Amino acid sequence: MSAESKKVLYGLYNDEEELKSAVKTARQGHLDIMDVYTPFPVHGLDPILGLSESRLHILGFVYGATGALFGFLFMSWALAKDWPILFGGKPYWPVPSFIPITFEMTVLFAAWGMTITFYTICGMWPGVKAKILDNRISDDKFCIAFDVTEVEQRVVSSFKEFFQRTGAAEVHEKTI
Amino acid sequence: MSQPVAPVRHVLIEGNKSYHQISEDLCVPTERAPSREWILAFSVASAFTALYVFAVVWTIWKGIGEWGANRTINWAWDITNFVWWIGIGHAGTLISAILLLFRQRWRTGVNRAAEAMTIFAVVCAGQFPLIHMGRLWLAFFIFPFPNTRGPLWVNFNSPLLWDVFAISTYFSVSLLFWYTGLVPDLATVRDRAAGFRKKMYEIFSFGWTGSAKHWQRWESLSLILAGLSTPLVLSVHTIVSFDFATSVIPGWHTTIFPPYFVAGAIFSGFAMVQTLMVITRKVLKLEEYITINHIDSMNKVIVLTGTIVGVAYLTELFIAWYSGYIYEQFAFYNRVFGVYWWSYFGMMFCNVISPQLFWSRRIRRSIWWTFFLSIVVNIGMWFERFVIIATTLARDYLPSSWSYYTPTWVEISIFTGTIGLFFFLFMIFTRLAPVVAIAEVKAILKVAGDQYIGPKAHKDAHHHAQQVAEKQEEEN
Repeated sequence: MSAESKKVLYGLYNDEEELKSAVKTARQGHLDIMDVYTPFPVHGLDPILGLSESRLHILGFVYGATGALFGFLFMSWALAKDWPILFGGKPYWPVPSFIPITFEMTVLFAAWGMTITFYTICGMWPGVKAKILDNRISDDKFCIAFDVTEVEQRVVSSFKEFFQRTGAAEVHEKTI
Repeated sequence: MSQPVAPVRHVLIEGNKSYHQISEDLCVPTERAPSREWILAFSVASAFTALYVFAVVWTIWKGIGEWGANRTINWAWDITNFVWWIGIGHAGTLISAILLLFRQRWRTGVNRAAEAMTIFAVVCAGQFPLIHMGRLWLAFFIFPFPNTRGPLWVNFNSPLLWDVFAISTYFSVSLLFWYTGLVPDLATVRDRAAGFRKKMYEIFSFGWTGSAKHWQRWESLSLILAGLSTPLVLSVHTIVSFDFATSVIPGWHTTIFPPYFVAGAIFSGFAMVQTLMVITRKVLKLEEYITINHIDSMNKVIVLTGTIVGVAYLTELFIAWYSGYIYEQFAFYNRVFGVYWWSYFGMMFCNVISPQLFWSRRIRRSIWWTFFLSIVVNIGMWFERFVIIATTLARDYLPSSWSYYTPTWVEISIFTGTIGLFFFLFMIFTRLAPVVAIAEVKAILKVAGDQYIGPKAHKDAHHHAQQVAEKQEEEN
């Protein structure tokens, strides 16, 4: 997230089907969409928009594996090496007893790791001021935004023409 | 798939809603001044919360001797309440996680409230083992931390320690899952608010914009948290049952405990969701979002899990007899006909017999029956835990140490106090955040709204809904 402000031209649509066909048109016309904002996850939008699949789940696996290893190795070290204690004649290294906590640590690390990663890569934390184009985007409007900070007038008018052609209900410009 | 949509899919959103109307209906309870009923109920809940605080302080000040628990029956109401509350929490995770994995659309109406219920129930549950320790200020000893006594580590073989890890993981992961789901809806509230409220929700909503990439990551995160929570919720109650099952007490030392506890947890949790939802939908006027179809679906889960629990009770009895082991046989004979026979029959009646009424469609879809039976099931599940704990301990190996247990006012106050605390937290939640997941309801509007699939749906909309449903099916 750059601190500099951007000039944004955006159009609002009333329905997700209209939005999807507009995005399709924009992609075919090689218009450079800055972002698309919706009030809820619109299914089938990602491939049209050309978003690659999120890699968050790969990280989830890495975090989970870290948690499992950490939990298991720590318990092994504590009970078998650092201070071996005999509990009711059981072995010093009781692997089956370690399964529940190893599992819990896997889940704990994966969940926390992924959630923290999610908020970090999205640039979201308590106190972050959202750069909102229109208050109705979280209600019932579907928005396509173009960055027009340093764009020729010719391109801007092609954007405007695009909005008109694809049936945008409203078109506005805003600096965020 | 070219199957028609209507016959299999229930209408889950009534009243011909538009997206804007959904935001309106679901945000308004957080925006308008609290109603008279809310204030009244909140005062009662606060009074019980105060009672709870008083009784807990009393216990810590005077010691555990203030309870009726004794040398023989050393686990009594406290652990009964702990297991009861943890079990209640499980329905939230089940609804939000397992039903998400199974793509059950009816979960969207109730998942938010049920998850909140999970968190508050775990808050109530966690109190009991902690205050049972007696010296609460040393409670941190349960965690393995480097200390000056060696360091001396905790016993990783102990199911009680597994419980520490299971419950704390469960609490924190449920909290993450719930809050991450809540963020987009808090943004909706933020964008409607002004002044101080806007500032507050700006902080709560973490700067959510609704960008397509963020939604994609949000969905990916939700799905994986659901995937993690599903085995987690099963593990938590399995580990709670290990507290009993790995001991050498006849009546506890059984392999059936993990599945039996998990089924019982889901059973009692759904009952509590019903109790809460029946009231919430009425008070917050959410009948069009939490419909009779939702209540019907949850009652089906109750009759299923109630029956599983019933089979488990009978299996236990049969295996005790079939084992030929007299101590085991005595433990179960004592459970049914011993000093606490009334709690056993209470349990059997409330958990096994009463939910069978839900085979009737009319009763399943009746608000009053649902509310009444959900309370009965909650009582029954409390009895189940009491039966397992107190009855078993009251008649142990040495007849000379046999004993009887009755709670003191302190224990009764702590228990009723946690119920007050639970409602206290839940009622604050209904004022601060949307009780129904706004974004998720909007996302299913076109496949579950009555104007698209209901009997009055006009032809175009019906056709459109079919297309959307087919498309979604393909994507799934």
